[in-house]
Amino acid sequence: MSNLSEIFKNHKAFIPFVVADDPDFDTTVANIIALAEGGADIVEIGIPFSDPIADGGVIQAADLRAFDAGVRTKTVFEIVEAARKQTNVPIVFLTYLNIVFKYGYDAFCQKCQELGVSGLVIPDMPYESREDIVPTADKYDIDIIPLIAPTSGHRVEKIAKAASGFIYVVSSLGITGERNEFFNGLKDLVAEIKSYTDVPTAIGFGVHTPKQAKAMAGIADGVIIGSAIVDIVAKQKQNAPQAIEKYTQSIRAAVDEAQTEEAHV
Amino acid sequence: MKNLTESKTTKRPGIFADTYGGQYIPETLMTELEKVDKAFHTLKDDPDFQAELHDLLINYANRPSLLYYAKNMTEDLGGAKIYLKREDLNHTGAHKINNVIGQALLAKHLGKKRLIAETGAGQHGVATATIAALFGMDCEIFMGKEDTDRQKLNVYRMELLGAKVHPVTTGSMVLKDAINATLQEWASRSEDTFYVMGSAVGPYPFPEMVKYFQSVISKESKQQLKAKENTLPDMVVACVGGGSNAIGSFADYIDDPSVKLVGVEAAGKGVNSDKTAATIERGTVGIFHGMKSLFLQNEDGQINPVYSISAGLDYPGVGPEHAALAKEGRAQYVGITDDEAVQAFEYIARQEGIVAAIESCHAVAYVEKIAPTMSKDQIIVCTLSGRGDKDVASIAKYKGVDIDE
Ligand SMILES: Cc1ncc(COP(=O)(O)O)c(C=O)c1O
Repeated sequence: MSNLSEIFKNHKAFIPFVVADDPDFDTTVANIIALAEGGADIVEIGIPFSDPIADGGVIQAADLRAFDAGVRTKTVFEIVEAARKQTNVPIVFLTYLNIVFKYGYDAFCQKCQELGVSGLVIPDMPYESREDIVPTADKYDIDIIPLIAPTSGHRVEKIAKAASGFIYVVSSLGITGERNEFFNGLKDLVAEIKSYTDVPTAIGFGVHTPKQAKAMAGIADGVIIGSAIVDIVAKQKQNAPQAIEKYTQSIRAAVDEAQTEEAHV
Repeated sequence: MKNLTESKTTKRPGIFADTYGGQYIPETLMTELEKVDKAFHTLKDDPDFQAELHDLLINYANRPSLLYYAKNMTEDLGGAKIYLKREDLNHTGAHKINNVIGQALLAKHLGKKRLIAETGAGQHGVATATIAALFGMDCEIFMGKEDTDRQKLNVYRMELLGAKVHPVTTGSMVLKDAINATLQEWASRSEDTFYVMGSAVGPYPFPEMVKYFQSVISKESKQQLKAKENTLPDMVVACVGGGSNAIGSFADYIDDPSVKLVGVEAAGKGVNSDKTAATIERGTVGIFHGMKSLFLQNEDGQINPVYSISAGLDYPGVGPEHAALAKEGRAQYVGITDDEAVQAFEYIARQEGIVAAIESCHAVAYVEKIAPTMSKDQIIVCTLSGRGDKDVASIAKYKGVDIDE
């Protein structure tokens, strides 16, 4: 187990996401630093996959830009290594299981530990398949961050009870991408998770405005933002770090407001 | 059904040869998969469901399909006796209907109002659109843009049947991308929607379920051959895309060790070329589309673009049970190139007066090679998975003949 869950102690967490090597190596390193300096609590780095079945168009396009840049799994490790020279921000990877499987579960988790990567989010690995990798991840103190969806139903209990690090609560059905509406039972879903575990929760999928971030941070212990940041990279390219830092600050402020309001209730 | 390859040591369902299969799919879909699993295992032992399934197979799909003795081919090739299992004579023109009837009935029992499916050649899409029309359900089909272009006739057939066809423009715009898109659609809307999986691929229970519904092919062929020849075949040959017609053709013979099982993959421009879809011969173990199986992928685990003249075999993976049968040596998998398949398309047309699907012609091409090496008292059963009307225009083009579609 890592110390990821400590981050959420009396603190609403902001967890932004960028795709590695989008649009190139140096920009990604600068983006990670910008996210850390803008106030991210955990940076989630996407390792591109050829067939990202849980991702919408924005992240698919980012994966393609990274492939154009020639991204390999080892490139992603090199990016983290370069970023680590300037920041100690907690990092988790998001990728599909085949990428980890092909690198070798043991070699991959060992590499994560070496680079100070604390957790893995693997959207195509449900509870039923977690035993493939959890024993190896445990060996290197890497958390496997489970996802819980609005459709999880009776599965919530077993997933929550087995969780470590934090729990990724999927805001709505379908795939990643900016949204204006979320599943309206999120409050109850988070409450149910809380009844089974102390492992913190973070809501993601579709969140993009500060207002939404505040609302989600009000419901859960943290908020994850992906497509909105990836979209900045798409538009600003090599100039993204500056815009990303500004955006991160605005979300940070919104999430902190949620923290303050909760403290006053 | 008894099954040699189903694992006995692990509690996880749907694992073959202790390695392949399983469930690797976003959490959003898991509750739905559990429902499908439960419904399938309850209904398959339910006499009313069986009666309904049987009635549709007989009275709507035109089963049993013929087991036809290909006398001209047998004499021309001068070796083993060749029987063709005529899935091309089914309603909608391919084996796909067997599986679609089963899954759509299941969907109906689950109270679903809408069917979605991926399709490569268009045969599975046509079968799904057909049953949706029969059952009064909505239907949306996802098909790679490359395939909507090379299978225009089937696109129109689906629309005629009332389905909406979505050309998929992500990735390499072929079958694998259509599966990605259909999974995404299912993840965003499963409450009223059933994903009719078109091949023996995907997360458990799909590979098992598709095998179950397709195993009617081998159940029939076994009885039919017994009636004609009073023996088992020496060899069963079928083409392999995702592997549904092949697993259905093999199913009832898996526990008969004297029957050689041969799956024929699309080698495209050659098994050792970059333009191939020969997954079992060239692939490595990976996890994709909900299953652990063999895939054509690079060393980082990125899925490779694949190639075949046949839209229905143009898939970078294969059903997990085939990967297991290959690993255990129970079945053998061979590659047939575009050129060989096109030659077989013409050969079977002229010898037997049968225009067979280009997918099926991969199996026919292998029979042409192997039959002469076997003795006259041996028997091959070759599955003709579909009819070839859909391919006539593109084969003409391949041969440089200009016809007005
Ligand atoms: C006529 C025909 N045969 C074979 C296939 C390959 O599929 P499978 O391997 O699942 O039988 C297809 C797929 O579209 C098809 O249309």
